Amino acid sequence: MPSQKSDKLQLNEHGRMRHFLTIEGLSRELLLQILDTAESFATLPGRPVKKVPLLRGRIITNLFFESSTRTRTTFELAAKLLSADIINFNISTSATSKGETLLDTLRNIEAMHSDMFVVRHAQSGAAHFIAQYASPRVSVINAGDGRHAHPTQAMLDMFTIRKHKGDFTPLRVAIVGDVLHSRVARSQILALNTLGVSEVRIVGPRTLLPTEARALGVHAFHDLEEGIRDVDVVIMLRLQNERMDGSLLPNEHEYFRLYGLTDERLESAKPDAIVMHPGPINRGIEMDSAVADGPRSVVLQQVSYGIAVRMAVLSMAMQSQADLGGEA
Amino acid sequence: MSESTLFMKHDAILDLIAGMAQVLQHRLDDRQLDNPAMIGIHTGGAWVAQHLNTLLALEEPSGLLDISFYRDDFTQIGVNPQVKPSQINFDLDNRNIILVDDVLHTGRTIRAAMNEIFDFGRPASITLVTLIERSGRELPIQPDVIGLSPPLGLADRIKLTGPDPLSLEILHGPRTGI
Repeated sequence: MPSQKSDKLQLNEHGRMRHFLTIEGLSRELLLQILDTAESFATLPGRPVKKVPLLRGRIITNLFFESSTRTRTTFELAAKLLSADIINFNISTSATSKGETLLDTLRNIEAMHSDMFVVRHAQSGAAHFIAQYASPRVSVINAGDGRHAHPTQAMLDMFTIRKHKGDFTPLRVAIVGDVLHSRVARSQILALNTLGVSEVRIVGPRTLLPTEARALGVHAFHDLEEGIRDVDVVIMLRLQNERMDGSLLPNEHEYFRLYGLTDERLESAKPDAIVMHPGPINRGIEMDSAVADGPRSVVLQQVSYGIAVRMAVLSMAMQSQADLGGEA
Repeated sequence: MSESTLFMKHDAILDLIAGMAQVLQHRLDDRQLDNPAMIGIHTGGAWVAQHLNTLLALEEPSGLLDISFYRDDFTQIGVNPQVKPSQINFDLDNRNIILVDDVLHTGRTIRAAMNEIFDFGRPASITLVTLIERSGRELPIQPDVIGLSPPLGLADRIKLTGPDPLSLEILHGPRTGI
C-alpha cells in the first residue's frame, strides 16, 4: 500500500499539486480550489466553442492497465477540451511481472515526450510507484489503483454534492454497499471528512464493510433503512465482483433484498436527498431502475461534472510545472 | 513592498467614464455600429463596463470575460485560483461588441480576450475601450476610446481598485508578487 508520505510526493515545494494520487494529506483549501476551478470549466459546454487553449501543445497519456470506459473517456474529453493532445494506452497486465515492466512502460512513454500520465491499475499503489520514478517534468494523475484510491471520482462526487447542497458542513452522507473493496468509497470518505461534513455513514453487510470504521471517521450500519435515515446524500456503490475473493455474499438476489435501494426504502432519507452512483450501475442489484432513473438520481450529472473536475485537476497539475521554470 | 500613490479618486474616475461614454457614443454613431453590446474584462474592466453600459443605456447587461484560460503565460504563472466563469448572456454573432478593460499595457490581455470572444461567436466588430492607456505595448493592439494616458515610468504600474469606491493607484518600482 502507498506510504504515509504521499502528501510530500503530491505537492511541490510551493505547496502546489504536482501529482494527484490520493485525497489523503490534501488540505480543505486545495480540495476547494479544485472545486472552484472546476466550476469555471463547467460553464464551457454552454458555449459554441467548448474548448479553451490552456494546455495547447501539451501531451497527456492515458495509461490504463485496467479496463474503463467512463473514466478513460472523460479524462480524454477533459484533455481535449483543454486543447492538449492525448494518447490512449490500454495495457493488459495479466501476464506481466509488475515492477520492471511498469518502469519500462514508463520510460517508453516518457521518451514520447508526454507531460502527464493518467494511470489506472488493478494494483494498489501503482500510481504512486509511477509518480516516484517519473521524471521531474511529468505529472501523474491516479485514475484508480486497486482498492486504494480514486481521487478524481471522489472530487466529482464532491462537486455534484456541492452543486445540489451548497455548504458541506450540515450534511449527512451515507455510502452504501461494498465499501471494503471500493477505492471510490475510501477516497469519498477522506474527501467528505476533509470538507467537514457533519456525518459520514457506511452501510452494508459485515462482510463488505471495513472493520476499522472508527479509524476512518465513519459510522457503520448494517440495516439500509436505518443507515440512510435523514441523510442528505445517498451514495450507492457498485458490487465489485472482480475484486472479491471467495463468497462474501449469499447471492445477488439476496443482496438486493437486503441492500438494494428502492423508492420505498429511500423514504427514510430526507425528502430532498440526492442519490449518487459512480457507475456502472448493476440495475436490480444495487438499486432499482425506478431510483436510478428517478427524480432524485444525479447519476448522469456526475458523469458531466466529471469532465469539469478532471479539467481542473489536469490544469492544476500542469500548473505545478510552471514552478520548474523555463519551457517544458 | 513597492510604494503607491493615489492617482485618481472615485468621483474623478466617474467623470472620466462619463466623458468616455460621450466619445464612445459619438464613435458608434459615426461608424453606424448599431445595437452594440458591452463586454468587460474581469475585474477592473467589468466595473468600467457596467458604468458605460448604464450611461449608454444598452439593452442587455454587460458581459463578463475572465481570460485566465486564454493567457499566454500559463507556463510561467499557471491558472489563477480565483478564476471566475465568463458570462456572456447574449448571442454575439454579428453583434457590434464594445470590449472594455481598465488598463491597456502590453496588449496581451486584449489578445486573449479577443480569442475568447471568438469562441463565443463571430462578432460584426470589436471596439476597444480602456480607462487608462499606457506605454509598453508588446503586440499591435490599439484602443479606439481611452480615458487617460498618464506618463508612467517603465517600472511603474497603475491599478484600478473598486468597485465602490473606484480608485486609481500608481505602484512605483518593481512588481512584487501577483
